[in-house]
Amino acid sequence: MTAELDDRAAPLAEKPSLRLRAREVIYRHTFLVRLTHWLNALAIFIMIGSGLNIFNAHPQLYWGLKGSELDHPFLAIRDMMVGGVERGITTIGSWSFDTTGVLGWSKVGGEWMGRAWPSWLTIPGNQDLADARHWHFLFAWVLSINALVYLVWSLGIRHVQRDLMPTVADLKSIPRSVLEHIQLKHPTGEEAKRYNVLQRLAYLSLIALVTGMILTGLTMSPGFNAVAPWLLDLLGGRQSARSLHFIFASLIVAFIVVHLVEVVLAGPINEVRSMITGRYAVPQEHDHK
Amino acid sequence: MTLFTRRRALIGSLAGAGVGLAGCDQIFQAGRLTESMSFQKVLAVAQTWTLHTQRLLLSGGQLAKEYQLADLSPRFKANGTLHPGGEEYAKQVAGSFADWRLLIDGLVRTPLSLSVAEIRRLPSRTQITRHDCVEGWSAIGQWTGAPLGMLLKAAAPVPTARYAVFHCADNLDGEPAKGGAQAPGQYYESVDLVDAYHPQSLIAYAMNGQPLDIPHGAPLRLRVERQLGYKQAKYIKRIQLVDSLHGLYGGKGGYWEDRGYEWYAGI
Repeated sequence: MTAELDDRAAPLAEKPSLRLRAREVIYRHTFLVRLTHWLNALAIFIMIGSGLNIFNAHPQLYWGLKGSELDHPFLAIRDMMVGGVERGITTIGSWSFDTTGVLGWSKVGGEWMGRAWPSWLTIPGNQDLADARHWHFLFAWVLSINALVYLVWSLGIRHVQRDLMPTVADLKSIPRSVLEHIQLKHPTGEEAKRYNVLQRLAYLSLIALVTGMILTGLTMSPGFNAVAPWLLDLLGGRQSARSLHFIFASLIVAFIVVHLVEVVLAGPINEVRSMITGRYAVPQEHDHK
Repeated sequence: MTLFTRRRALIGSLAGAGVGLAGCDQIFQAGRLTESMSFQKVLAVAQTWTLHTQRLLLSGGQLAKEYQLADLSPRFKANGTLHPGGEEYAKQVAGSFADWRLLIDGLVRTPLSLSVAEIRRLPSRTQITRHDCVEGWSAIGQWTGAPLGMLLKAAAPVPTARYAVFHCADNLDGEPAKGGAQAPGQYYESVDLVDAYHPQSLIAYAMNGQPLDIPHGAPLRLRVERQLGYKQAKYIKRIQLVDSLHGLYGGKGGYWEDRGYEWYAGI
């Protein structure tokens, strides 16, 4: 990261009343990080939408080698008659929830329909397994190639090792960092020029989760099973792989929610600009008073 | 962000959630895009990459994983046609399929017509494999049958033969074909010769040690173990060797393929 002074801020700094606004702008994100970030965002967005459409074709999850309606799902999103009325019922283990309107039984263009995930969350919006698979597998290539380019390159230039791997001092600062995050306090000055420990762990988790998505996804492919049967054994069978695929995707959704909230809290314009142009205005102490 | 306040943050988050509520589909116009034939071609690119990558990785003719008797599904879900119906099939059922013939013809030097009893007398292979439906469920079953490659070799395909097309006795009607006129509802499937000659590709006549029952495809069905369930055609009457899939039914090489699903179902 190279520090430089923001030219536009310089003339303002000469006026005493505005001196506090003088700010340091650093080059935070390299071109490849920015490019792979947006491709990743696009691919993940489409893969979640199309993935939910695919899920709808068989809205049950199982553990183990095999599983169908004739076996025992640990999660099911169904529509069923409850007291003579159609309801959406989501079952996890032995707990059942009425999720009518969102899960199991929801409106599609004004008409109530039995579908696990609602139309507004799926790609395409209508229930179509064939098309959802086309979207999913096209963007699976985008996601995988993008992830590979990012990983090889950022390991090569030691971006992962330098900027993402937490140092011992970082690890010791976890409790303090957790507290600061709860208080919505954001680092300023020198501290804001590097990722804090929770950020580092979150980004490393995302790398692990995307890797997990790709591996569990491949393990659902009968062709790839013949290439790497050990993956089936490692993950505990095809239905376990399918369930893990769903669980990892849920964790990625959780990451995205936290990520977006943090972007908004940390200053959305500065954050989004830094991911487009690479330039990031370092927040100063007085900014947050 | 000097002017930045918590309240703004909240408004920002709500606006973000609003975009979410507008729907993934609307943002990408996915529905409209999907309808467009040129975008269908873009989407189909992935299928070609998947086929070529998997073919490269499977060039050693690797086998699908085989399981143990203890792994068998207690109840193996039957899907698609559960009974082909019709007078002709009913007669076959009444006669225990004694008159059922499997015809192997098309681009072959010696067309064959085999009875189920003749096929049962041929060398057989028994395998316990997992059946993965495109919908997402899996079931494990034990299959016994004559290796497809052996049957095809007996018919001696000519060098121009590229695909084996399986004509079935069931008619699924129902769903219209994608992007065109209603394709015939007759079930059919096809594989290329790479998969046809794979050692685990069988014309199966028994499941879990019993003759195939009607919901699972009696009297003869296909097993191509490195592909999804819809490739495992049931109630097979005829195997036709061809050089191209165009001109057969909807032209995409299978009942579900004519309705938008991938011809290569290894994924």
